[in-house]
Amino acid sequence: MALRVENLRIYYRTLRGYVHAVEGATFSVGDGEIMGLAGESGCGKTTLGHSLIYLKPPMAYIEGHVFLDGRELPIWDMDRMNEFRFRHISIIPQYAMNALNPTRRIGPLIADLLATRGIDFRQILPELQRRLDLVQLSPEVLNRYPFELSGGMRQRVVMVISTLLNPSLLIADEITSALDVSTQRAVCEMIVEFRNRGFVRSTIFITHDMSILYQIADTILVMYAGQLAEKAPVEAIFRSPRHPYTRMLIASLPRVGARQRVERLKGIPGSPPPLLDPPPGCRFRDRCPLAFERCQEPPPFVEVEPGHFVACWREI
Amino acid sequence: MGSRSELLYFAWRNTKVRVGVLILALFVILAIVGPLFARHDPNAYVGPPAHPPSREYWLGTTTFGQDVYSQFVHGLRATFIVGLLGGGIGTLLGVCIGLLAGYRGGMVDEILNMFTNIVLILPTLAVLIIIAAYLTVRGILVESLFIGCTAWPWAARAIRAQTFSLRAREFVDLARMSGRSSWKIMFYEIAPNMLSYLFMTFILQFGGAVLIAATLDFIGLGPTQGISLGLMMNNAVLWAALPLGMWWWLIPPGAAITAIVGALYVMNVGLDEVFNPKLREL
Amino acid sequence: MIRYLGRKLFVYLLTFFFAVTIDWLIPRLMPGNPVDIMVSRMALRADAAEVVRSYYIQAFQLDLPLWRQYLNFWIALFRGDLGVSIWLFPQPVISVIARAVPYDLLLLLPAILLSWVLGNQVGAMAARVRWLDNTVLPLAYILTATPYMWLALLLAWSLGQVAGLFPISGAYGYNIRPHLSWVFIRDLLWHWTLPFLSLFLVMFGGWAIGMRNMIIYELEADYSRYLSALGAPQRLIRRYAFRNAVLPQITGLALQLGAIVAGAVATEIAFAYPGTGYLILQAVLNQDYFLLQGCFLFIITGVLVANLIIDIVYILVDPRTRLGMVGE
Repeated sequence: MALRVENLRIYYRTLRGYVHAVEGATFSVGDGEIMGLAGESGCGKTTLGHSLIYLKPPMAYIEGHVFLDGRELPIWDMDRMNEFRFRHISIIPQYAMNALNPTRRIGPLIADLLATRGIDFRQILPELQRRLDLVQLSPEVLNRYPFELSGGMRQRVVMVISTLLNPSLLIADEITSALDVSTQRAVCEMIVEFRNRGFVRSTIFITHDMSILYQIADTILVMYAGQLAEKAPVEAIFRSPRHPYTRMLIASLPRVGARQRVERLKGIPGSPPPLLDPPPGCRFRDRCPLAFERCQEPPPFVEVEPGHFVACWREI
Repeated sequence: MGSRSELLYFAWRNTKVRVGVLILALFVILAIVGPLFARHDPNAYVGPPAHPPSREYWLGTTTFGQDVYSQFVHGLRATFIVGLLGGGIGTLLGVCIGLLAGYRGGMVDEILNMFTNIVLILPTLAVLIIIAAYLTVRGILVESLFIGCTAWPWAARAIRAQTFSLRAREFVDLARMSGRSSWKIMFYEIAPNMLSYLFMTFILQFGGAVLIAATLDFIGLGPTQGISLGLMMNNAVLWAALPLGMWWWLIPPGAAITAIVGALYVMNVGLDEVFNPKLREL
Repeated sequence: MIRYLGRKLFVYLLTFFFAVTIDWLIPRLMPGNPVDIMVSRMALRADAAEVVRSYYIQAFQLDLPLWRQYLNFWIALFRGDLGVSIWLFPQPVISVIARAVPYDLLLLLPAILLSWVLGNQVGAMAARVRWLDNTVLPLAYILTATPYMWLALLLAWSLGQVAGLFPISGAYGYNIRPHLSWVFIRDLLWHWTLPFLSLFLVMFGGWAIGMRNMIIYELEADYSRYLSALGAPQRLIRRYAFRNAVLPQITGLALQLGAIVAGAVATEIAFAYPGTGYLILQAVLNQDYFLLQGCFLFIITGVLVANLIIDIVYILVDPRTRLGMVGE
């Protein structure tokens, strides 16, 4: 297994106490798998993604283990993690359009970065040019300043840089959120291309947009209020979701061709619980139509079918 | 906890704010109460010349035998008045121009910007030299007016930037759609949302006014009557306080200004932390 | 880039025009006849007053129509004729000022440059070393809150008067005349130390604080976070942060020129250092309006030229202005 996460607990340290952002996450991502990490805003998916590569205060590591290709990642140790960053685990951040130093040309910027990793820029240049070509950018881009490029071009540059050293795990954090649909499609296709050509082995694709995941993900991990709700192959999530939250999520997706008069949009009434002092047990129980007394105890995340994990007392 | 009292709670808990406010309060009290203890008129020749501090004259006497303590506390009053007036005028002008430029944008902004830049570049001192030299009688009000009318560009720039970011918000669109006049929108919708910013701007203007006034007075371009801390230092230098080693005349006025302005700056940094939760240290 | 420079030049020319006009206008706006005011202040005997009055009328050209006065003022300006000093009659104002300028430059250039460079370095260091931040920062705040003349007086009193290490007035000893020799240069530098130090220290505080804040801001920027997430060492990130933080410090220098001028004037007065500041004090005390006007114009020109130089430097350093993206 490429990535294995065991019982990861990440809280945010604030003046008023700990915010329980990620509570006991256990899952794995296989070689060549594109796993979508989905959930509503504030469910902890970005925290989870970032904690794997850059765990900076106010994020606090509480407990848990992360294994990449069999080796444990010391995610709590900022210095020791440097060995893994960029080479084995990499990230395309949400702020990709602003992620480049505005006063440095892109070529020299990449050269500086590679030099700190002991890699000669000139040696990797041919490969770099090939990849730029793949994302439809002219190699001329290397001589430009970031502000001379459009936002979309900057994002593609960042995508190329992040995957340049062929990492085992790529974390793509909401990279489609600020784009129009046709650009979204192009970006998603690039992610799949990266995987198909072996530039990237496993990918965690963080988004709140389920429809995109339907197109490109192999599996989907649904989070709710810091807890893992369900993980399954993409077809299973859409055709036969087992967690009540996932079911309501799928049901609330608009369908192409559906008209308001015939079918009304269904939402999920209520809102997620505060994570500063979260209620014990399953955090969805206040909004769950199937909740019963057992839900006071946190349900374990178990495999109910091959490859299909759920955390719900009703399904065990 | 309501947001108002929560703000005050954080403000008081912040060391910088606490220290700044306490030092400032000390000097304010001194300025208000001190003159009551002054037995002599600040400019009257009452004692033995060039006397070090003694029981009779708490801060000693000047080369002419004037009571330094009396000059000090009266000068403190003058300093605060100029700071308040000059800082107030500067803030008011800066806020009006900044709000107008930021809200209107376009041509209005361009013109106001150019005007702001011109006043910004012009070295204040040079202009004030020319004006003050021809004005035979100058009072505190005139000095405060000068300072306010030349220090406002800093405030205008800051307020303009804030206005730009606020004007894109929904509540402004709402106000505009409901037909409110521009001025009403600027003062009743936008300004209240940057109260913290306005307050900090005023603090900086206050501190700046105190410094500029001290420098002007020192050069001899301050008020022609009365006494101020800068004027004390001017007199001290002109009347040989240095070679005579009259530290009690030289040191206290400048020390007071440094303490007051320093307290204001530190308070400002602290308030920035209070109003910007991101800067708060955990 | 040309557009950017062109706009700046336009503003400077406008400012110069504005300043000169104010200079010309003020005496004529004052209630009453400026000549009468000046003569009455001099409290002379009637016949002496008459001579002085007629001289002033001719000097101010008050007998000519207004527009001619204005035009002549500009013409004289371009010919370098700033009138004749009253205090140091009959020396022309321009030569009085010319004698003072070298002392200004001697004081200001090293003080500004050194305080800017060192202030930026120390500020940058304070941004990453905790204990340095806790010691340097409060000190810097105190320094920047200190009025220039008070620090000058403090240094003069402590190091000059009490410790007797440095002289407290003048640019060189009373028993020496300016000439090129080691003795003179040593004496010059000895007298120069305290004024330089007081200017340097106050400015240093301001730059250190500004740079520290800018570095912290840059270290939290998106590009810094991205590089850190990709495992770049702090060295690289700090290098980028420093280069980006220096840019606003350059424009900051241009903005501070007005305050620096005021500080220099105050310092020169405190030390009786024979620069333009000292001239201003004497001009005020002796009611020498021509000298005052001359100093004013000199200061304005100096500040505008300095602004222009700084703008050019900024263009060379910030690629965004060079390629026409950002203009201020």
